[in-house]
Amino acid sequence: MNQSGLGGAVHAIVRRDLLLAFRRRADVMTTVFFFVMVASLFPLGVGPEPAVLRMIAPGVLWVAALLSCLLSLGRVLTADYQDGVLEQMVLIPHPLTVLVLAKVFAHWLVSGLPVVLLSLLLGVQFGLEGDVLGVLALSLLLGTPTLSLIGSIGAALTLGVRGSGMLVALLVLPLFIPVLIFGAGAVSSTVSGIGAEANLSLLGACLMVAIPLAPWAAAAAVRIAVE
Amino acid sequence: MLEAIDLACARGERELFSGLNVTVTPGLLFAIVGENGSGKSSLLRMLCGLLPRERGAIRWKGTDIVELKDEFTRHLTYLGHLNGIKDDLTPVENLQISAHLSGDDQSVGSAHEALQAVGLSRRAHLLPTRVLSQGQKRRVALARLWLSKRPLWILDEPFAALDEGGIILLTQRFKRHLDEGGMAIVATHQEVGLSQQSLRYLRLPG
Repeated sequence: MNQSGLGGAVHAIVRRDLLLAFRRRADVMTTVFFFVMVASLFPLGVGPEPAVLRMIAPGVLWVAALLSCLLSLGRVLTADYQDGVLEQMVLIPHPLTVLVLAKVFAHWLVSGLPVVLLSLLLGVQFGLEGDVLGVLALSLLLGTPTLSLIGSIGAALTLGVRGSGMLVALLVLPLFIPVLIFGAGAVSSTVSGIGAEANLSLLGACLMVAIPLAPWAAAAAVRIAVE
Repeated sequence: MLEAIDLACARGERELFSGLNVTVTPGLLFAIVGENGSGKSSLLRMLCGLLPRERGAIRWKGTDIVELKDEFTRHLTYLGHLNGIKDDLTPVENLQISAHLSGDDQSVGSAHEALQAVGLSRRAHLLPTRVLSQGQKRRVALARLWLSKRPLWILDEPFAALDEGGIILLTQRFKRHLDEGGMAIVATHQEVGLSQQSLRYLRLPG
């Protein structure tokens, strides 16, 4: 089929996943709410010292974003695997890699994008302002899609495995760490006035590598899973 | 035309079948019969290219399906024992999306028509599929066949969970598909009500 056929298929997958997320709002809210909760509890636990809060803010917000992504990974492919939608997807006459990328994009729209937007609000809670807040959101905007992409490999590799949640965490956490370091690093370096360009460039580079490679690896794992 | 030559299948250590030859030509329905666990589903998945084969060749119009890839799946409608439908979507939404993905007619009107043709009451069209019965869910999955214009159907126990009325509707659909020059490979446990010249049985050893 031609290019427009592929575009149509991608559109159909994204639309279906968004519709499903809308029908199961509670599931989506859980992971977003988790992010808000973790980020909000820290100021309460650590105390209201503005200097301390500003110092821990990048790390806390980034770790919270990372964990909420990990929590939502189960939704990317598992349900599709169980109800047979995934094996139908393998038989669609389009490159599976692109279809997987479409699924990851839909997943990011419902679990990553809210985190990016909420970080602007939660950043204020930690006394971040102006530039720093902007860099925080930008770093998450570059970082969370990378997390979703890497996470999709873990999710695909553990399809059909019992108690896969823990296994996914073990598989993808090491790959999440660079993203976390660059992301939190970008915000910290803005706080200390060094400038965030280097870290943001590295985050962008991670995303550029992940966009073609992660869906390809995930698609290969999906093919094995539906055998 | 789909040809399988000297096909063998092993799951784990156990060999399910070997030396299997099937040739499906237009206008022919192959009914695969055999005991539970004899490898019917594995054979169908192999013919779709979902399952790698142990030995042998599968050719679509003379070319191996591994080489053809999308060129082969474009001609194929597969329905496994999983329905491949989303519980949270309505039958109409499910059908529209799967039609969209496979490049068939995706309008709301034709989705309603297909569901009507498969015997799903109008009332059930707009309910979440979750609340439907097993048989109704199966009908939603089978409604794809009423939209499909693809020549090759590979269906895993399509009659399962259907009532008598559903079986008759599906058999009529098969008849029309074969009359139009289509072909089908169907794993089943029951007699298929088709004429002798369009029906072949393949029994897998237990």
